[in-house]
Amino acid sequence: MPMKRMELLMDEQGIDLALTRMTHQILENHRDPSTFGIVGMQTRGVYLARRISNKINEALNTSLTAGVLDITLYRDDYRVAFKQPNVQITEIPFDINGITIILVDDVLYTGRTVRAALDALMDFGRPKIIRLAVLIDRGHRELPIRADYVGKKTTTADNQEVALNVKEIDGEDSLWLMER
Amino acid sequence: MMGLAIQHLLGLEGVSRDDIIQILDTADNFYEVLQRKIKQVPTLRGKTIVNLFYENSTRTRISFELAEKRLSASPLNFSASTSSVKKGETLRDTIRNIEAMKIDMVVVRHGCPGVPFFLTQCTDAVIVNAGDGAHEHPTQALLDMMTIRQRLGKLERLKVAIIGDVIHSRVARSNAWGMTTMGMDVTLCGPPTLLPQHSESLPVKITDNIEKAVGDAHVVMLLRLQLERQQGGMFPSIREYRERYGIDLEKISAMRDDVIIMHPGPINRGIELSSNVADGDKSIILDQVTNGVAVRMAVLYLLGGGENA
Repeated sequence: MPMKRMELLMDEQGIDLALTRMTHQILENHRDPSTFGIVGMQTRGVYLARRISNKINEALNTSLTAGVLDITLYRDDYRVAFKQPNVQITEIPFDINGITIILVDDVLYTGRTVRAALDALMDFGRPKIIRLAVLIDRGHRELPIRADYVGKKTTTADNQEVALNVKEIDGEDSLWLMER
Repeated sequence: MMGLAIQHLLGLEGVSRDDIIQILDTADNFYEVLQRKIKQVPTLRGKTIVNLFYENSTRTRISFELAEKRLSASPLNFSASTSSVKKGETLRDTIRNIEAMKIDMVVVRHGCPGVPFFLTQCTDAVIVNAGDGAHEHPTQALLDMMTIRQRLGKLERLKVAIIGDVIHSRVARSNAWGMTTMGMDVTLCGPPTLLPQHSESLPVKITDNIEKAVGDAHVVMLLRLQLERQQGGMFPSIREYRERYGIDLEKISAMRDDVIIMHPGPINRGIELSSNVADGDKSIILDQVTNGVAVRMAVLYLLGGGENA
């Protein structure tokens, strides 16, 4: 059943302001770029992670490159899904051992995607700390997972979804509340 | 979420271009998994896959088993030579008994063409063909196409010469179906006695003239010569075959500078390929072996989802 747009939660400026605020919150805790790395979760979390990295690079005059993490192979619904989601690229161009990883995603919902991401990261090494940054937390958690850096919190119903559009893929930056 | 149109992988005949592209794209990403320090992902945890091998196999069986283990599935290895087949058990009874043990997928190799299709009529498990007689060997063709695409960046409009015992080769048949679907220009070449008389409605060229076949080929794929064919009188002598159809440095010098040499293995060194070609810089034979695991992971991943009915 197709979803229709119900409410604009953030426009381009709102998304940029939220990411700027999250970047400053990250920098309050992490001043030394050699001690942390940014990893974005496929698909749209990758673009948010790159933007946060760029803002950090400007602030600290450094050249961090965001890693890319695909959690498809770590999902917990393989047995019930007849059509498997596309496996996308994973590329983490730095050693994650002993550093803080800032994991970036667009929407925090049940927490299952983040759980899968934690498993995936552990296969690449042993970070000292993993922190979670999300553009929006829509509630309905099914696992004991919370975000450390949140752009916006909102309350949603079961028949609703939150959809992020980014310029790089969708031609515009916008965050929408969708409904069936 | 896309998913494949096919439910089983019985061959590449009739498999769409979109399905082949999805398998190859997925395999490319599994290739990255195989480069990691920890090469195992939990995707197929809880799935039981039976490797039902009625014919001898080293690399295909190991490759499938490794792919299954890399995906955290539970492989169950069946070998006809040490099973109740020796006591006269039928294929249908074998599969139904194994199915009663709650399996999810079957990887099957058998000397008779059509056995994988037959198994789809006997069981609800997903069937993957690992070679059935002289019919098809789809995962070999998929890994060949993956390796070509990895090396040359595309498949469309590339010219491929497949040389050797074409008529008995399931590898040649699967490659011919798959490669023509992907828009490649395929020429089958070998002694007239080892070539099909017609192309089974495939848009391939058939010739016994090796110079014509390899002259402007981007890819030259040699097939293993089954030495018992000579006893069957299908060609006069191994020496004559080697001189006419074997690839050595002299024949390479008449090919394109950027030609790549492939072989599904195992190689008869000094017959279809000289050692200095097999181990030379134009050979991508070991890449084929590496990519075999990635392709089989992709096939098992894409076909293995969902609960059994």
